[in-house]
Amino acid sequence: MRSFASDRHRGISARPSTLVNTGRGLHTFIAINEQTLDQLQRAAFGYFLRTVNPTNGLIADTSRENSPSSIAVVGFALSAYPVAVERRWMARSDAVDRTLAVLRFLRDSDQSGSPEATGYNGFYYHFLNMQTGARVWRSELSMIDTALLIVGALAASRYFTENTADEIELRDLVDALYRRVDWRWAQNGGDTIRQGWKPECGFLHYGWEGYNEAIVLYVLALGSPTHPLECDCYEAWTTTYQWENLYGYDFLYAGPLFVHQFSHAWIDFRGIRDRFMREKRCDYFENSRRATMVQREYARRNPNGFSGYDKRCWGLTACDGPSNSMPELSRERRRFYGYAARGVPYGPDDGTLSGWAALASLPFAPEIAWCAASHMLRRYPEMLPAQCYASGFNPTLRGADHAAWVSAGHFGLDQGLVVMMIENYRTQLFWRLMRDCPYVGNGLRGAGFRGGWL
Amino acid sequence: MSQSNDAYSTAPHDSYERERLGNVRPPRWRNPQPADSYHLVVLGAGTAGLVAAHEVAALGAKVALVERSVLGGNCLNIGCIPSKAIIRTSRLYAEMRNAEQYGAHVPADICVDFPAAMERMRRIRARISRAASAPQLIAAGVDVFFGHARFTGTDSVTVEGATLRFKRALIATGARPDRPSIPGLTEAGYLTNESVFDLTELPARLLVIGGGPLGCELAQALCRFGSQTIIAQKKPLFLPREERDAAQILSDSFARDGMEVRLNAEAVNVRVEHGQKLVDLISDDYKSTVAVDAILTGTGRVPNVDGLNLEAAGVDYDNTVGVRVDDFLRTSNRRIYAAGDACLEPKFNHTADASARIAVRNALFLGRQRLSALTIPWCTYTDPEIAHVGLYVRQARERGIPVKTFTIPMHDVDRAVTDSEEVGFVKIHVRERTDRILGATIVARHAGEMINELTLAMVAGIGLRDVARVIHPSGTQAEAIKMAADAYSRTRLTPTIRSLLGRWLKW
Repeated sequence: MRSFASDRHRGISARPSTLVNTGRGLHTFIAINEQTLDQLQRAAFGYFLRTVNPTNGLIADTSRENSPSSIAVVGFALSAYPVAVERRWMARSDAVDRTLAVLRFLRDSDQSGSPEATGYNGFYYHFLNMQTGARVWRSELSMIDTALLIVGALAASRYFTENTADEIELRDLVDALYRRVDWRWAQNGGDTIRQGWKPECGFLHYGWEGYNEAIVLYVLALGSPTHPLECDCYEAWTTTYQWENLYGYDFLYAGPLFVHQFSHAWIDFRGIRDRFMREKRCDYFENSRRATMVQREYARRNPNGFSGYDKRCWGLTACDGPSNSMPELSRERRRFYGYAARGVPYGPDDGTLSGWAALASLPFAPEIAWCAASHMLRRYPEMLPAQCYASGFNPTLRGADHAAWVSAGHFGLDQGLVVMMIENYRTQLFWRLMRDCPYVGNGLRGAGFRGGWL
Repeated sequence: MSQSNDAYSTAPHDSYERERLGNVRPPRWRNPQPADSYHLVVLGAGTAGLVAAHEVAALGAKVALVERSVLGGNCLNIGCIPSKAIIRTSRLYAEMRNAEQYGAHVPADICVDFPAAMERMRRIRARISRAASAPQLIAAGVDVFFGHARFTGTDSVTVEGATLRFKRALIATGARPDRPSIPGLTEAGYLTNESVFDLTELPARLLVIGGGPLGCELAQALCRFGSQTIIAQKKPLFLPREERDAAQILSDSFARDGMEVRLNAEAVNVRVEHGQKLVDLISDDYKSTVAVDAILTGTGRVPNVDGLNLEAAGVDYDNTVGVRVDDFLRTSNRRIYAAGDACLEPKFNHTADASARIAVRNALFLGRQRLSALTIPWCTYTDPEIAHVGLYVRQARERGIPVKTFTIPMHDVDRAVTDSEEVGFVKIHVRERTDRILGATIVARHAGEMINELTLAMVAGIGLRDVARVIHPSGTQAEAIKMAADAYSRTRLTPTIRSLLGRWLKW
């Protein structure tokens, strides 16, 4: 077994104490509070303990009643268990058991692609019945969510490397699940990967346009030893990129913050560059740092005049927010978007922010991410019901108690990202795990990445 | 030859309509005696045809203009002019409803007078039709013929029994609305841009099939008059040609107006029950039915190439793409040229105008001007407007051109803020590490006015560095362009230059 404990405090640059411009024209040291980080990370991990079906290992999409399982959330859970082992919140054997439960379920699941199956061609329907694992909500066979599931499983297989029967089985299962995903089928003969497929109508007509969270999808698909994509597929996707100078920052544009975070939860993009980033003399890590700065700039400008927004209060991303379909808001002239990918600078923006999104930028821009995260927690403690980040909160929409509107319950994706990005900030656990994953390395090289650790 | 349905127009036959029709299709018209031969015979009196006829006549050449329906074509009669007129009125109603954001009271009872808005449109259209009138053309020296033209050989056409011989001919017959083949649609009845401006009563519920520019413009205008409006579009992306941010902003704007946009939604059947039109929509595996009072189709336009007997003239054509032309706008018959919607993919009024000028010079004056050399801007007149010129980022990247975009959100532009018109942006695409402008997209309330500066810069080869030196009056929304140019200038301050400046400033 490889121990990562010794690496725990080999954090990335500019931690744990950071020189921060406080906005009063002074520079001061603001210590990133390790204890608070620890509490936030552990509370986020608790989501996976509360919402798991121990029989099949599936994790609920949200903590709300009757929530189905989301395969992407399962992927985050599979990555979160190693963190729990590292931080001694969970026994290794317990983590292995939980991981095996879901891997065995996936292996044995109905892959016929029928409307009530669990998956098809190695992919999985986006939402599954928590008990049976059958498709629910007529959801699509989701390529990106399958990628998040598989990369989470690969992370687990890179961590559980002991030569015990269970851990050997775990690794074999992950390998088999990865190998059976037919990524090339998901191209449907086109230049890029399709977003989804349904048994009722075949491939959905939507495609990926512009930079988004799909790098990890392309990396896995290109690294597959069994069904790799055609090589120019990645280039075809990056053709839709837009390199913009906005608010004084040059960056690969995408509005919602999660786009700049998801793939980074697993892959260390520092110093490695694909053709696009070589041309721009940048890398995706630095790009995420700049995207974080752009978020702060947008909030400082606050063009729509929403309450709370300022340079220490930001975080527009995919999250749950108030909706006009709620009875109490049905007569509002203002538009509220419910669950939506909020972004900057063109919205949608209805005044809803995500505290967790700011915290998840910790690895890229620790100084301003922590400044925002801690400030928001102080100012809006209601965003942290039961010690866990709510999906979204809206300070413009206040209740009778003057507290900000807060999304009910918790969402698994948010909690998973919090667990992983705090860990990457503290120990770079996942970046180091995945550097050694040959599939990821092959995928990155297939996408044209070179340099740095690669 | 525009194929508007003026002959079947149901618009009120008021004094404005009488004036317009008197100008564009004079009653009791008698075609003139043809000349022995014409330097140029122009088929179609839309924008391209009128421009060509006036250009040639002004130079003293003998020119005949043949029109099947009405002078002025789509733009004047059933396109740009009437749509802009009603868009303006619809904007006024939207502003009245949003009066609060300007620090004014929302009128207590905003009662939309749709007939008055349409009457205003007809008044304006009649006024503008004076410039395209038959008497004006005659005064300019153009022989005007009304009737169906058919080629009878490689150098002649017949019109209502008369034969016109030509040294050169120009096919400028325009395009007409595509009529989607949806079962039940014809029986149920539907509107196109040819008939929508005849409305005297606002449909309470409207379905717009197709999300093209004209469909979007009219949908928003009618929605702001009070129609409960749905746009259903077969393609999965809204305004697929435009920048995603532009499409997103417009989509949000439509939602604020109360419009519903259904993407990836194909209308598969229409039926009439109890006086309402029921339209079945399919989106992937989701089926739904919408009940409306009127259907407007905006699924594209097809070139008018039928009935011309182009085979006799040796002119290659295709019913979908129109008359086939080379880069000099010459057809497969060296004597015959084409211009405008009849042969071009971008079907804009200004493209028709520009192409007609090229065709005339190439046809009669040994010109070698190329269509591909044109820099063609365009604008969709929604609110906000979307204007574009040159390359999109994707096009540049597909050609292997490294591209960088300088973006100024309109919320950073003082005049946009003071006008509460902060929605939108200016994006200027330049070749990486140069100031050469490759293209630009503007989304703003007045984007159509703002794009001209960038079009001029591109045509004149002016880079962003020089644009930064141009003084823009303070208090204009076009300052956004200067701000983008300033942003470019700041990127020229590399660390080395910054360091040198630092040393210099130590004196």
